Amino acid sequence: MSEYRPMARTFAHLSDEAIVALVARSDEEALAELYDRFGRVAYGLALRVLRDDKLAEDAVQEGFLTAWRNADRFMPERAKASTWILTLVHRRAVDLVRREDRRRAEPLAEGVEPAPTASVEDDAWLRFERERVQAALRQLPDQQREALELAYYGGFSQSELAERLGQPVGTIKSRMFTGLARLRELLAEPGNGETAWKPTPSTT
Amino acid sequence: MEANALHDLTAAYALDALDVDDAREYEAHLSHCDRCRDELASLSEAAGALAYATEAPMPPPELRARILQQARRERPNVVPLRPRWAVPVAAAAAVAACAAIALGIWAVSLSSKLDRRDAALAREQRVAAILAQPGSRTIPFARGTLVVGKAGDAALVVQHLERAPTGRTYEAWISAGGPPRRAGLFNGGQNSAVPLKGSVQSGASVLVTVEKAGGVDAPTQKPILSVQS
Repeated sequence: MSEYRPMARTFAHLSDEAIVALVARSDEEALAELYDRFGRVAYGLALRVLRDDKLAEDAVQEGFLTAWRNADRFMPERAKASTWILTLVHRRAVDLVRREDRRRAEPLAEGVEPAPTASVEDDAWLRFERERVQAALRQLPDQQREALELAYYGGFSQSELAERLGQPVGTIKSRMFTGLARLRELLAEPGNGETAWKPTPSTT
Repeated sequence: MEANALHDLTAAYALDALDVDDAREYEAHLSHCDRCRDELASLSEAAGALAYATEAPMPPPELRARILQQARRERPNVVPLRPRWAVPVAAAAAVAACAAIALGIWAVSLSSKLDRRDAALAREQRVAAILAQPGSRTIPFARGTLVVGKAGDAALVVQHLERAPTGRTYEAWISAGGPPRRAGLFNGGQNSAVPLKGSVQSGASVLVTVEKAGGVDAPTQKPILSVQS
Protein backbone atom coordinates (compact mmCIF):
# COMPACT_ATOMS: atom_id res chain seq x y z
CA MET A 1 0.00 0.00 0.00
CA SER A 2 1.25 3.43 -0.85
CA GLU A 3 1.72 5.85 1.97
CA TYR A 4 0.45 8.59 -0.32
CA ARG A 5 -3.09 9.13 -1.29
CA PRO A 6 -3.38 8.89 -5.05
CA MET A 7 -3.05 12.32 -6.58
CA ALA A 8 -6.31 13.86 -7.53
CA ARG A 9 -6.74 13.39 -11.22
CA THR A 10 -6.67 16.56 -13.17
CA PHE A 11 -9.78 17.11 -15.19
CA ALA A 12 -8.71 20.44 -16.58
CA HIS A 13 -8.18 19.10 -20.09
CA LEU A 14 -11.54 17.33 -20.20
CA SER A 15 -14.58 18.92 -21.79
CA ASP A 16 -17.73 19.39 -19.71
CA GLU A 17 -19.32 16.64 -21.78
CA ALA A 18 -16.50 14.23 -20.99
CA ILE A 19 -16.92 15.00 -17.29
CA VAL A 20 -20.59 14.01 -17.54
CA ALA A 21 -19.55 10.78 -19.28
CA LEU A 22 -17.41 10.00 -16.24
CA VAL A 23 -20.25 10.94 -13.90
CA ALA A 24 -22.36 8.40 -15.82
CA ARG A 25 -19.80 5.82 -14.76
CA SER A 26 -20.34 6.73 -11.11
CA ASP A 27 -17.05 8.58 -10.83
CA GLU A 28 -17.30 10.72 -7.69
CA GLU A 29 -14.32 12.88 -8.55
CA ALA A 30 -16.01 13.74 -11.82
CA LEU A 31 -19.15 14.75 -9.94
CA ALA A 32 -17.01 16.97 -7.73
CA GLU A 33 -15.47 18.51 -10.84
CA LEU A 34 -18.91 19.08 -12.36
CA TYR A 35 -19.92 20.83 -9.16
CA ASP A 36 -16.76 22.92 -9.11
CA ARG A 37 -17.48 24.06 -12.65
CA PHE A 38 -21.20 24.83 -12.30
CA GLY A 39 -22.12 24.76 -8.62
CA ARG A 40 -21.67 28.48 -8.14
CA VAL A 41 -23.73 29.54 -11.16
CA ALA A 42 -26.35 26.95 -10.25
CA TYR A 43 -26.53 28.30 -6.71
CA GLY A 44 -26.81 31.89 -7.92
CA LEU A 45 -29.64 30.85 -10.23
CA ALA A 46 -31.47 28.88 -7.53
CA LEU A 47 -31.09 31.78 -5.12
CA ARG A 48 -32.53 34.18 -7.66
CA VAL A 49 -35.55 31.94 -8.19
CA LEU A 50 -36.09 30.90 -4.58
CA ARG A 51 -34.75 33.91 -2.64
CA ASP A 52 -33.89 31.72 0.28
CA ASP A 53 -30.47 30.22 0.79
CA LYS A 54 -31.64 26.98 2.37
CA LEU A 55 -34.12 26.31 -0.43
CA ALA A 56 -31.51 27.27 -3.00
CA GLU A 57 -29.12 24.75 -1.50
CA ASP A 58 -31.83 22.11 -1.71
CA ALA A 59 -32.44 22.86 -5.38
CA VAL A 60 -28.73 22.67 -6.20
CA GLN A 61 -28.32 19.46 -4.25
CA GLU A 62 -31.33 17.84 -5.92
CA GLY A 63 -30.20 19.01 -9.35
CA PHE A 64 -26.72 17.56 -8.99
CA LEU A 65 -28.02 14.32 -7.53
CA THR A 66 -30.41 14.00 -10.47
CA ALA A 67 -27.37 14.42 -12.69
CA TRP A 68 -25.58 11.72 -10.70
CA ARG A 69 -28.48 9.31 -11.12
CA ASN A 70 -29.27 10.05 -14.74
CA ALA A 71 -26.00 11.07 -16.34
CA ASP A 72 -26.18 8.09 -18.67
CA ARG A 73 -29.22 9.68 -20.27
CA PHE A 74 -27.32 12.82 -21.16
CA MET A 75 -27.00 13.13 -24.94
CA PRO A 76 -24.06 15.29 -25.91
CA GLU A 77 -25.44 15.70 -29.42
CA ARG A 78 -28.58 17.27 -27.91
CA ALA A 79 -27.25 19.68 -25.34
CA LYS A 80 -24.15 21.19 -23.84
CA ALA A 81 -23.35 19.72 -20.46
CA SER A 82 -23.59 23.18 -18.90
CA THR A 83 -27.12 23.63 -20.26
CA TRP A 84 -28.07 20.19 -19.03
CA ILE A 85 -26.93 20.64 -15.42
CA LEU A 86 -28.34 24.16 -15.16
CA THR A 87 -31.66 22.91 -16.54
CA LEU A 88 -31.79 20.20 -13.88
CA VAL A 89 -31.17 22.73 -11.12
CA HIS A 90 -33.56 25.28 -12.60
CA ARG A 91 -36.35 22.74 -12.92
CA ARG A 92 -35.88 21.77 -9.29
CA ALA A 93 -35.87 25.42 -8.21
CA VAL A 94 -39.08 26.10 -10.13
CA ASP A 95 -40.73 23.04 -8.57
CA LEU A 96 -39.79 24.31 -5.13
CA VAL A 97 -40.82 27.91 -5.71
CA ARG A 98 -44.21 26.84 -7.02
CA ARG A 99 -44.68 24.63 -4.01
CA GLU A 100 -43.58 27.31 -1.57
CA ASP A 101 -45.36 29.98 -3.54
CA ARG A 102 -42.70 32.50 -2.67
CA ARG A 103 -42.46 33.89 -6.14
CA ARG A 104 -41.39 37.40 -6.79
CA ALA A 105 -39.89 38.83 -9.89
CA GLU A 106 -37.81 41.69 -8.58
CA PRO A 107 -34.08 41.22 -8.53
CA LEU A 108 -32.47 40.50 -5.18
CA ALA A 109 -32.31 43.63 -3.09
CA GLU A 110 -28.56 43.65 -2.80
CA GLY A 111 -25.75 41.79 -4.39
CA VAL A 112 -23.97 39.37 -2.14
CA GLU A 113 -20.24 39.76 -1.95
CA PRO A 114 -18.45 36.68 -3.23
CA ALA A 115 -16.77 34.71 -0.49
CA PRO A 116 -13.01 35.23 -0.34
CA THR A 117 -12.37 31.70 -1.60
CA ALA A 118 -13.65 32.60 -5.05
CA SER A 119 -10.77 32.81 -7.47
CA VAL A 120 -10.05 36.04 -9.30
CA GLU A 121 -10.37 34.16 -12.58
CA ASP A 122 -13.78 32.77 -11.68
CA ASP A 123 -15.00 36.17 -10.58
CA ALA A 124 -13.77 37.83 -13.73
CA TRP A 125 -15.29 35.21 -15.95
CA LEU A 126 -18.64 35.19 -14.19
CA ARG A 127 -18.77 38.97 -14.26
CA PHE A 128 -18.02 38.91 -17.96
CA GLU A 129 -20.74 36.34 -18.63
CA ARG A 130 -23.20 38.25 -16.50
CA GLU A 131 -22.58 41.47 -18.35
CA ARG A 132 -22.76 39.72 -21.70
CA VAL A 133 -26.13 38.10 -21.02
CA GLN A 134 -27.52 41.21 -19.33
CA ALA A 135 -26.49 43.31 -22.32
CA ALA A 136 -28.30 40.90 -24.63
CA LEU A 137 -31.38 41.00 -22.40
CA ARG A 138 -31.39 44.79 -22.46
CA GLN A 139 -31.65 44.70 -26.24
CA LEU A 140 -34.94 42.82 -26.13
CA PRO A 141 -38.25 44.69 -26.34
CA ASP A 142 -39.59 45.26 -22.80
CA GLN A 143 -42.51 42.87 -23.12
CA GLN A 144 -40.34 40.02 -24.30
CA ARG A 145 -37.76 40.60 -21.60
CA GLU A 146 -40.49 40.75 -18.99
CA ALA A 147 -41.95 37.44 -20.16
CA LEU A 148 -38.55 35.71 -20.08
CA GLU A 149 -37.60 37.10 -16.68
CA LEU A 150 -40.90 36.36 -15.01
CA ALA A 151 -40.89 32.82 -16.39
CA TYR A 152 -37.26 31.92 -15.85
CA TYR A 153 -36.41 33.79 -12.64
CA GLY A 154 -39.92 34.12 -11.26
CA GLY A 155 -40.98 30.53 -11.85
CA PHE A 156 -44.34 31.58 -13.27
CA SER A 157 -46.00 29.24 -15.73
CA GLN A 158 -47.32 30.63 -18.99
CA SER A 159 -50.91 30.48 -17.77
CA GLU A 160 -50.02 32.28 -14.53
CA LEU A 161 -48.20 34.90 -16.57
CA ALA A 162 -51.18 35.37 -18.83
CA GLU A 163 -53.34 36.03 -15.81
CA ARG A 164 -50.82 38.27 -14.08
CA LEU A 165 -50.23 40.38 -17.19
CA GLY A 166 -53.86 40.31 -18.35
CA GLN A 167 -52.95 38.87 -21.75
CA PRO A 168 -54.12 35.81 -23.68
CA VAL A 169 -51.89 32.76 -23.22
CA GLY A 170 -51.11 32.86 -26.94
CA THR A 171 -49.58 36.32 -26.55
CA ILE A 172 -47.41 35.17 -23.65
CA LYS A 173 -46.27 32.11 -25.61
CA SER A 174 -45.32 34.22 -28.54
CA ARG A 175 -43.44 36.76 -26.38
CA MET A 176 -41.48 33.93 -24.78
CA PHE A 177 -40.70 32.33 -28.11
CA THR A 178 -39.72 35.53 -29.90
CA GLY A 179 -37.72 36.75 -26.92
CA LEU A 180 -35.81 33.51 -26.46
CA ALA A 181 -35.11 33.15 -30.18
CA ARG A 182 -33.87 36.75 -30.30
CA LEU A 183 -31.74 36.23 -27.20
CA ARG A 184 -30.19 33.21 -28.88
CA GLU A 185 -29.29 35.35 -31.89
CA LEU A 186 -27.89 38.17 -29.78
CA LEU A 187 -25.72 35.80 -27.77
CA ALA A 188 -24.39 34.26 -30.96
CA GLU A 189 -23.30 37.61 -32.39
CA PRO A 190 -19.54 37.97 -32.49
CA GLY A 191 -19.65 41.16 -30.42
CA ASN A 192 -21.30 39.17 -27.66
CA GLY A 193 -19.12 36.13 -28.09
CA GLU A 194 -17.28 34.40 -25.33
CA THR A 195 -14.06 34.82 -27.25
CA ALA A 196 -14.16 38.49 -26.39
CA TRP A 197 -13.10 37.61 -22.87
CA LYS A 198 -9.42 37.55 -22.07
CA PRO A 199 -8.15 36.98 -18.58
CA THR A 200 -6.46 40.17 -17.50
CA PRO A 201 -3.79 40.16 -14.84
CA SER A 202 -4.89 41.91 -11.72
CA THR A 203 -3.29 45.31 -11.47
CA THR A 204 -4.35 46.24 -8.00
CA MET B 1 -53.70 19.13 -27.84
CA GLU B 2 -53.12 19.64 -31.56
CA ALA B 3 -49.60 18.98 -32.81
CA ASN B 4 -49.25 22.60 -33.91
CA ALA B 5 -50.19 23.84 -30.48
CA LEU B 6 -47.58 21.51 -29.01
CA HIS B 7 -44.84 22.87 -31.28
CA ASP B 8 -45.66 26.28 -29.82
CA LEU B 9 -44.81 25.13 -26.31
CA THR B 10 -41.12 24.69 -27.02
CA ALA B 11 -39.98 28.06 -25.66
CA ALA B 12 -42.15 27.75 -22.56
CA TYR B 13 -40.78 24.27 -21.94
CA ALA B 14 -37.21 25.52 -22.33
CA LEU B 15 -37.96 28.14 -19.66
CA ASP B 16 -39.69 25.59 -17.38
CA ALA B 17 -42.83 27.68 -17.76
CA LEU B 18 -45.35 24.92 -18.41
CA ASP B 19 -47.78 23.53 -15.90
CA VAL B 20 -47.17 19.90 -15.02
CA ASP B 21 -49.82 18.51 -17.38
CA ASP B 22 -48.69 20.58 -20.35
CA ALA B 23 -45.08 19.66 -19.68
CA ARG B 24 -45.94 15.97 -19.68
CA GLU B 25 -47.91 16.26 -22.88
CA TYR B 26 -45.09 18.18 -24.51
CA GLU B 27 -42.52 15.59 -23.47
CA ALA B 28 -44.62 12.85 -25.04
CA HIS B 29 -44.81 14.90 -28.23
CA LEU B 30 -41.06 15.48 -28.13
CA SER B 31 -40.27 11.80 -28.37
CA HIS B 32 -41.57 11.69 -31.93
CA CYS B 33 -41.02 15.23 -33.21
CA ASP B 34 -37.53 15.87 -34.56
CA ARG B 35 -38.36 19.47 -35.30
CA CYS B 36 -39.22 20.21 -31.68
CA ARG B 37 -36.19 18.33 -30.38
CA ASP B 38 -33.90 20.47 -32.51
CA GLU B 39 -35.72 23.65 -31.62
CA LEU B 40 -35.69 22.78 -27.94
CA ALA B 41 -31.96 22.04 -27.99
CA SER B 42 -31.20 25.48 -29.32
CA LEU B 43 -33.74 27.40 -27.22
CA SER B 44 -32.61 25.59 -24.07
CA GLU B 45 -29.13 26.86 -24.62
CA ALA B 46 -30.43 30.43 -24.72
CA ALA B 47 -32.51 29.78 -21.60
CA GLY B 48 -29.46 28.29 -19.87
CA ALA B 49 -27.55 31.48 -20.61
CA LEU B 50 -30.07 33.35 -18.43
CA ALA B 51 -28.56 31.55 -15.46
CA TYR B 52 -25.40 33.57 -15.97
CA ALA B 53 -27.20 36.92 -15.81
CA THR B 54 -27.70 36.61 -12.05
CA GLU B 55 -25.31 37.39 -9.23
CA ALA B 56 -23.37 34.29 -8.31
CA PRO B 57 -22.35 34.34 -4.66
CA MET B 58 -20.28 31.39 -3.48
CA PRO B 59 -22.46 28.60 -2.15
CA PRO B 60 -21.59 27.45 1.38
CA PRO B 61 -18.76 24.89 1.31
CA GLU B 62 -20.89 22.33 3.17
CA LEU B 63 -23.15 22.09 0.14
CA ARG B 64 -20.41 20.51 -1.95
CA ALA B 65 -19.58 18.04 0.80
CA ARG B 66 -23.24 17.18 1.28
CA ILE B 67 -23.83 16.49 -2.40
CA LEU B 68 -20.78 14.26 -2.65
CA GLN B 69 -21.67 12.41 0.52
CA GLN B 70 -25.21 11.77 -0.65
CA ALA B 71 -23.95 10.68 -4.08
CA ARG B 72 -21.62 8.19 -2.46
CA ARG B 73 -24.50 6.83 -0.42
CA GLU B 74 -26.56 6.35 -3.56
CA ARG B 75 -23.75 4.94 -5.57
CA PRO B 76 -24.72 1.69 -7.24
CA ASN B 77 -23.26 -1.27 -5.42
CA VAL B 78 -20.81 -2.11 -8.17
CA VAL B 79 -17.38 -0.96 -9.21
CA PRO B 80 -17.40 2.04 -11.52
CA LEU B 81 -15.92 -0.04 -14.30
CA ARG B 82 -18.97 -2.27 -14.55
CA PRO B 83 -19.59 -3.13 -18.15
CA ARG B 84 -22.57 -1.28 -19.40
CA TRP B 85 -22.90 -3.13 -22.67
CA ALA B 86 -26.45 -3.93 -21.67
CA VAL B 87 -27.62 -0.33 -21.51
CA PRO B 88 -29.77 0.92 -24.37
CA VAL B 89 -27.91 1.76 -27.51
CA ALA B 90 -28.59 5.47 -27.30
CA ALA B 91 -27.08 5.72 -23.83
CA ALA B 92 -24.12 3.64 -24.92
CA ALA B 93 -23.61 6.00 -27.82
CA ALA B 94 -23.75 8.98 -25.50
CA VAL B 95 -21.06 7.60 -23.25
CA ALA B 96 -18.89 6.63 -26.19
CA ALA B 97 -19.39 10.02 -27.75
CA CYS B 98 -18.37 11.75 -24.54
CA ALA B 99 -15.24 9.70 -24.34
CA ALA B 100 -14.57 10.58 -27.93
CA ILE B 101 -14.92 14.24 -27.14
CA ALA B 102 -12.49 13.79 -24.27
CA LEU B 103 -9.96 12.33 -26.65
CA GLY B 104 -10.55 15.02 -29.20
CA ILE B 105 -11.28 12.40 -31.81
CA TRP B 106 -14.29 11.34 -33.84
CA ALA B 107 -14.62 13.87 -36.55
CA VAL B 108 -17.81 12.30 -37.83
CA SER B 109 -21.04 13.82 -36.65
CA LEU B 110 -22.26 12.41 -33.40
CA SER B 111 -25.72 11.76 -34.71
CA SER B 112 -24.46 9.51 -37.47
CA LYS B 113 -22.84 7.43 -34.80
CA LEU B 114 -26.25 6.71 -33.34
CA ASP B 115 -27.16 4.91 -36.51
CA ARG B 116 -24.23 2.57 -36.43
CA ARG B 117 -24.49 -1.06 -35.65
CA ASP B 118 -24.43 -2.30 -32.08
CA ALA B 119 -21.07 -3.93 -32.61
CA ALA B 120 -19.45 -0.64 -33.50
CA LEU B 121 -21.06 1.02 -30.50
CA ALA B 122 -19.88 -1.74 -28.21
CA ARG B 123 -16.33 -1.24 -29.49
CA GLU B 124 -16.51 2.48 -28.93
CA GLN B 125 -17.84 1.90 -25.50
CA ARG B 126 -14.97 -0.39 -24.64
CA VAL B 127 -12.72 2.54 -25.44
CA ALA B 128 -14.87 4.78 -23.27
CA ALA B 129 -14.68 2.28 -20.43
CA ILE B 130 -10.91 2.16 -20.51
CA LEU B 131 -10.72 5.91 -20.75
CA ALA B 132 -12.96 6.29 -17.73
CA GLN B 133 -10.71 4.21 -15.49
CA PRO B 134 -8.70 6.03 -12.89
CA GLY B 135 -5.09 6.05 -13.99
CA SER B 136 -5.74 5.29 -17.64
CA ARG B 137 -3.34 6.85 -20.11
CA THR B 138 -3.77 8.21 -23.59
CA ILE B 139 -0.82 8.16 -25.95
CA PRO B 140 -1.35 10.25 -29.05
CA PHE B 141 0.39 9.37 -32.28
CA ALA B 142 0.24 10.72 -35.80
CA ARG B 143 -3.03 9.06 -36.78
CA GLY B 144 -4.84 8.61 -33.53
CA THR B 145 -4.56 7.64 -29.90
CA LEU B 146 -3.62 4.57 -27.93
CA VAL B 147 -5.66 4.27 -24.74
CA VAL B 148 -4.18 2.08 -22.00
CA GLY B 149 -5.91 1.19 -18.76
CA LYS B 150 -4.05 0.60 -15.53
CA ALA B 151 -4.24 -3.18 -15.90
CA GLY B 152 -2.92 -3.05 -19.46
CA ASP B 153 -6.30 -3.34 -21.17
CA ALA B 154 -5.97 -1.16 -24.21
CA ALA B 155 -7.64 0.17 -27.31
CA LEU B 156 -6.41 1.80 -30.44
CA VAL B 157 -8.28 4.69 -31.95
CA VAL B 158 -7.24 5.40 -35.53
CA GLN B 159 -8.46 8.19 -37.74
CA HIS B 160 -8.61 8.62 -41.48
CA LEU B 161 -7.27 5.23 -42.38
CA GLU B 162 -8.18 4.22 -45.92
CA ARG B 163 -10.59 1.30 -45.86
CA ALA B 164 -8.79 -2.00 -46.24
CA PRO B 165 -9.06 -3.20 -49.85
CA THR B 166 -11.32 -6.16 -50.62
CA GLY B 167 -9.78 -9.37 -49.37
CA ARG B 168 -7.48 -7.52 -46.96
CA THR B 169 -7.76 -6.37 -43.36
CA TYR B 170 -5.84 -4.28 -40.88
CA GLU B 171 -4.38 -6.34 -38.10
CA ALA B 172 -3.15 -4.93 -34.79
CA TRP B 173 -0.27 -6.51 -32.89
CA ILE B 174 1.18 -6.12 -29.44
CA SER B 175 4.94 -6.37 -29.38
CA ALA B 176 6.80 -6.67 -26.09
CA GLY B 177 10.14 -8.32 -26.71
CA GLY B 178 9.00 -11.67 -28.13
CA PRO B 179 7.12 -12.24 -31.37
CA PRO B 180 4.22 -9.84 -31.88
CA ARG B 181 0.91 -11.15 -30.53
CA ARG B 182 -2.32 -10.84 -32.54
CA ALA B 183 -4.46 -8.10 -31.02
CA GLY B 184 -7.43 -7.61 -33.34
CA LEU B 185 -8.69 -6.96 -36.86
CA PHE B 186 -10.35 -3.85 -38.25
CA ASN B 187 -11.35 -2.38 -41.56
CA GLY B 188 -10.24 1.23 -41.29
CA GLY B 189 -12.42 4.09 -42.44
CA GLN B 190 -12.74 7.55 -41.03
CA ASN B 191 -12.58 6.46 -37.42
CA SER B 192 -11.80 3.05 -35.99
CA ALA B 193 -12.12 2.09 -32.36
CA VAL B 194 -10.22 -1.13 -31.85
CA PRO B 195 -10.24 -2.73 -28.39
CA LEU B 196 -7.07 -4.80 -28.25
CA LYS B 197 -6.94 -8.45 -27.27
CA GLY B 198 -4.23 -9.00 -24.73
CA SER B 199 -2.67 -6.52 -22.40
CA VAL B 200 -0.31 -3.69 -23.23
CA GLN B 201 2.30 -3.34 -20.52
CA SER B 202 4.43 -0.26 -20.15
CA GLY B 203 7.04 -0.11 -22.88
CA ALA B 204 5.21 -2.49 -25.22
CA SER B 205 4.47 -1.36 -28.77
CA VAL B 206 1.28 -1.64 -30.73
CA LEU B 207 1.73 -2.21 -34.46
CA VAL B 208 -0.69 -2.32 -37.36
CA THR B 209 -0.09 -4.22 -40.59
CA VAL B 210 -2.20 -4.94 -43.68
CA GLU B 211 -2.94 -8.64 -43.96
CA LYS B 212 -5.22 -10.96 -45.87
CA ALA B 213 -8.85 -11.04 -44.75
CA GLY B 214 -9.32 -13.09 -41.60
CA GLY B 215 -5.88 -12.18 -40.31
CA VAL B 216 -2.65 -14.13 -40.03
CA ASP B 217 -0.59 -15.60 -37.19
CA ALA B 218 2.43 -13.39 -37.64
CA PRO B 219 2.88 -10.08 -39.45
CA THR B 220 3.81 -10.47 -43.10
CA GLN B 221 4.24 -6.77 -43.87
CA LYS B 222 6.09 -3.81 -42.56
CA PRO B 223 3.83 -2.03 -40.04
CA ILE B 224 1.93 0.94 -41.42
CA LEU B 225 1.91 2.41 -37.96
CA SER B 226 3.42 1.73 -34.60
CA VAL B 227 3.08 3.38 -31.23
CA GLN B 228 4.94 2.72 -28.02
CA SER B 229 3.02 2.70 -24.77
